[in-house]
Amino acid sequence: MANLVEIRNLKVEATTDSGRRVEIIKGVSLTIAEGESVAFIGESGSGKTTIAMTLMGYARAGCRISGGDVWVDGDNMVTLSEKQRAAIRGTKIAYVPQSAAAAFNPAATIMDQVIEVTRIHGLMSPAAARRKAIELFRALSLPEPAAIGNRYPHQVSGGQLQRLAAAMALIGNPKLVIFDEPTTALDVTTQVEVLRAFKAVIKQYRIACVYVSHDLAVVAQIADRIVVLKSGQTQEIGTTHDILTQPRHPYTQSLLAAFKPKPHSRTAAPESPSHPLLEVDAMTVGYGPVQRDGQPLIVAVRSVSLKVERGRNLGIVGESGCGKSTLARAIAGIHPAHAGDIIFDGHELWNTARKRTRSQLRELQIVFQHADTALNPAKSIEDILGRPLAFYHGMDRKARDVRINALLDMVHLPRTVRHRHPGELSGGEKQRINFARALAADPKLILCDEITSALDTVVTAAVIELLKELQRELGLSYVFISHDLSVVEAICDEIIVMYRGQKMEEITPAERKAPQHPYSKLLFSSVPRLDPSWLDALRQDPDQVRDYCQR
Amino acid sequence: MTKRATGLIGSRLGYRINLVGLIGFAVVLFWAVIALFAADLIPYSVGEIVDTDYFGPMHPGLWLGSDYLGRDMLSRILMGARYTVGISLAAVTIACVTGVVLGMAAAVVRGVVDSVLSRILDAMNSIPSKLFGLMVVAAVGSSIPVLILTLSAIYIPGAYRFSRSLAVNINTMEFMTVARIRGESLAYLIGAEILPNIIGPVLADLGLRFVFIVLLLSGLSFLGLGVQPPYADWGALVRENLGGLPFGAPAVIVPSIAIATLTISVNLLIDNLPRKIRDRSAP
Amino acid sequence: MRARVPSLVLSRLLIALVTLVIVSFAVFFATTLLPGDTASILLGQAATPEAVAGLRTAMHLDEPALFRFLRWCLGLLRGDLGTSYANNMPVATLIAGRLVNTLKLAGLTALISVPLALTLGITAAMWRGSVYDRIVTIVTIGVISVPEFVVATSAVLLFAVYLKWLPALSFTNEIHSFYDLLRAYAMPVITLTFVVSAQMIRMGRAAVIETLNTPYVEMALLKGASRPRLVLKHALPNALGPIVNAMALSLSYLLGGVIIIETIFNYPGIAMLMVDAVSTRDLPLIQSCAMIFCLGYLVLITAADVIAILANPRLR
Repeated sequence: MANLVEIRNLKVEATTDSGRRVEIIKGVSLTIAEGESVAFIGESGSGKTTIAMTLMGYARAGCRISGGDVWVDGDNMVTLSEKQRAAIRGTKIAYVPQSAAAAFNPAATIMDQVIEVTRIHGLMSPAAARRKAIELFRALSLPEPAAIGNRYPHQVSGGQLQRLAAAMALIGNPKLVIFDEPTTALDVTTQVEVLRAFKAVIKQYRIACVYVSHDLAVVAQIADRIVVLKSGQTQEIGTTHDILTQPRHPYTQSLLAAFKPKPHSRTAAPESPSHPLLEVDAMTVGYGPVQRDGQPLIVAVRSVSLKVERGRNLGIVGESGCGKSTLARAIAGIHPAHAGDIIFDGHELWNTARKRTRSQLRELQIVFQHADTALNPAKSIEDILGRPLAFYHGMDRKARDVRINALLDMVHLPRTVRHRHPGELSGGEKQRINFARALAADPKLILCDEITSALDTVVTAAVIELLKELQRELGLSYVFISHDLSVVEAICDEIIVMYRGQKMEEITPAERKAPQHPYSKLLFSSVPRLDPSWLDALRQDPDQVRDYCQR
Repeated sequence: MTKRATGLIGSRLGYRINLVGLIGFAVVLFWAVIALFAADLIPYSVGEIVDTDYFGPMHPGLWLGSDYLGRDMLSRILMGARYTVGISLAAVTIACVTGVVLGMAAAVVRGVVDSVLSRILDAMNSIPSKLFGLMVVAAVGSSIPVLILTLSAIYIPGAYRFSRSLAVNINTMEFMTVARIRGESLAYLIGAEILPNIIGPVLADLGLRFVFIVLLLSGLSFLGLGVQPPYADWGALVRENLGGLPFGAPAVIVPSIAIATLTISVNLLIDNLPRKIRDRSAP
Repeated sequence: MRARVPSLVLSRLLIALVTLVIVSFAVFFATTLLPGDTASILLGQAATPEAVAGLRTAMHLDEPALFRFLRWCLGLLRGDLGTSYANNMPVATLIAGRLVNTLKLAGLTALISVPLALTLGITAAMWRGSVYDRIVTIVTIGVISVPEFVVATSAVLLFAVYLKWLPALSFTNEIHSFYDLLRAYAMPVITLTFVVSAQMIRMGRAAVIETLNTPYVEMALLKGASRPRLVLKHALPNALGPIVNAMALSLSYLLGGVIIIETIFNYPGIAMLMVDAVSTRDLPLIQSCAMIFCLGYLVLITAADVIAILANPRLR
């Protein structure tokens, strides 16, 4: 069978702000057959989206295709005129973006945007296009397929928008669809539904697809072949089965290794029943003015209690909007709790950080998800780490210098980074600095709020290892908040599952206490596995899915 | 193209400047030097009548012609730079320092302080600037200190609004939360965490506001309500020589051109500010 | 969702009202800072102390400032703008005719500049980076960077001195024909249009360009849409709020502009009246004129805010 796509020695250049040209795609060659699903996998900056975009003859602002050919169904997208490319976009090749929420025009109805392709290219009458769209909505198992098109983008949920974007891509009967990280922004339980819908339509319409993702487990469900990319070069191309079972390239091997469950050498429960390090009793946190019933307008956390023993770790898991981050912010005193007690190291804490003593603030540190915004971009690493040393410990310049070097050693960063600014570091390095700043305070407990969510799989694994190592050396305790169950399981002794502001249940992995609550079961079963047959074999109670996924 | 013209100077300092920005900077520098050394540069005393003809044309000796009384225009323009640049610079400094400090404080403190301050300053902002100038001049008369204070009062709300909107964005960053729960004071939060992040735009805004103030000052002087005789800024020079307009006398055209060169070059400089090169690995 | 629009609009109007109170407070006190006693200034040096005291009582000058402020506000609400110090005529009578003149000038300018600026701003954004865009940008920066009187004097130099098409610096009340009318209004309107359009073009262009950089416009591009379609179908509906906002804000520059333009062209509008009032220190007249200007400004920016709310598709 002839190849639908042939990319030969593709090169893409980007212009940096000093006017220098940098090659970001360094000669990539690959082929895609008719009806074949090929996944591009790699970490952020590997060039996977850039390559996918060149299939449409498009390079984002500041980038330029500088060499090679991109043949799609007999046309070389590199040499075509802009007008000829426009004629192919939407009809032969279509695109499903990472964030459908941003890719839908807020000023037009969904139906108008879904059928716009047929209007631009004059493919069919508007009435026929509408009928086809409704058929696609049904194939993508969207609710109320006949009526959903009349809504505006902000009136439907993220998971639905993502499927509507797929309908928008499929309306022009394309031969090739590019899926650009289409489920990355979704919760796991929603991701299952969306993946199922995508897989069904790809099969039904016999479309070739390029699936761009950083998540090997997701890709394993959809792709026939996998292209592993790193820094603009292909590392390995193989069938999904080969890549998963016998990876040849070291980078592919490290990607797979990051998926292996790592046994957490759990600390034994403390023998002496001394008072716990942190105890939260019936905490309620909310937003907005207090209503007549004595509750805040929006209750984000409803009467949650938890306990952290010395030297042990507590995990809090749940999907977006379940109140887990609000809970952490209330414990840290950033967002004052409406009701409930916080007892830290035997003393009751005020609900707001403003009233806590300096040593209480020092002993309870919080580390945030986005190292980009958690580190002041205008300050050097030295200043960032030096401030808590001066502020809490009153260290002079000399003592600070010594301590900053020690801290950098602890988080395994070279001492030379101290003169750099956060913008010059990679995501993983920034997160290490973010963590080192909390260590600088000499805390007893560190609240980790989604600290690995913005990191790539391999980097996440390394950060988790670092956290465990520091715990052994410094006798810290962590409260680890994440939506990623595998990360939490790797480091925590107890796990709390939260849903809609409430604690559903508490699980202790060490005691092999499996999740009992239906929501916990649903959540745990929705985490993609590396096994390519996982999605097809997965059976979830549709009633539960409807109850717990209001998306 | 512009990169190649100035690339060498630029990249060595870690900044990239383009040609247009450089020209803007040169003109601004030129007027600043004139304003500083005007007294030593003028060929004639500003009040001296040197030409028997009024609205005389340009010719050697009287390079820019003579004004409505036959005084040397070149000397009057050079001295006028002093008033136009000096008053505007003083006013913009007061306005921006006050506005930016208040704006950052409001963004960090939030709550009632922020609402009250914002409401009052927004209300002040809804008095058209020329009108405000007219009212104050009507009430207390026009003198240079009054002009400086009035001009700065008019532009405090703008500087406040601008810096507040920037600071509000910075304030949502997690490093602000980190600093706040470390127990840092307001002064530290403003000075050490926010200011370094907004200093670039704030300086650009200062330039823009400088242009507004030059325009307003010239406008007031043109109406006879700004700088009063015997002193004269460029706006006042246009006013007193307006009679020469029907003959296209240089005395009325030159001060207009002087104002335009100053304001246009400041604008060009702001639009083409040297940009810091983040790509450090550049050769 | 729908219920939010009226409440947002209502809060805008409320804010405008509060602002108006603060502004009138500022106007009143700024003008009563006048050093020296108003009564003795009015009566001149030769006045007897009894006469001064009598006038002070008659003008309520010995009451506390706050009382006088409230009295003044009540007067404004009843349409009683006070009596001019300079010629003892009711301020309302002095203002009425002049206000109509100024509104004519402003209206005519708006009528020309809004369509002109919309066309130029949107087309410049559509072909961003082209020679056409650069010329528009450079001209608008030039016009914005110079004072109104420079634009006006340049216009006079060009049209009256060199081309001799129009009369220079004169405005006559003797208008006998449509041609006279055209000639009389041409210069002030041309000058004001220049000043106001420059602002509008700049802000309008920026608003369109901002929406052109959004992911949904990129998405439309990847659907094969043409450039005009990207701008007209996808960018414009979303830039509508910001554009109208920019229009209203730029129109408020008219208020500052007319002060200079009316003076230069000797146009009998309200701004001229106010500049004259300033030179004679005619407080009631100054206060009333100032309030009219502030009210005009407030109406414009409130309208801009309200339109921005109504045009926001997310609130639909």
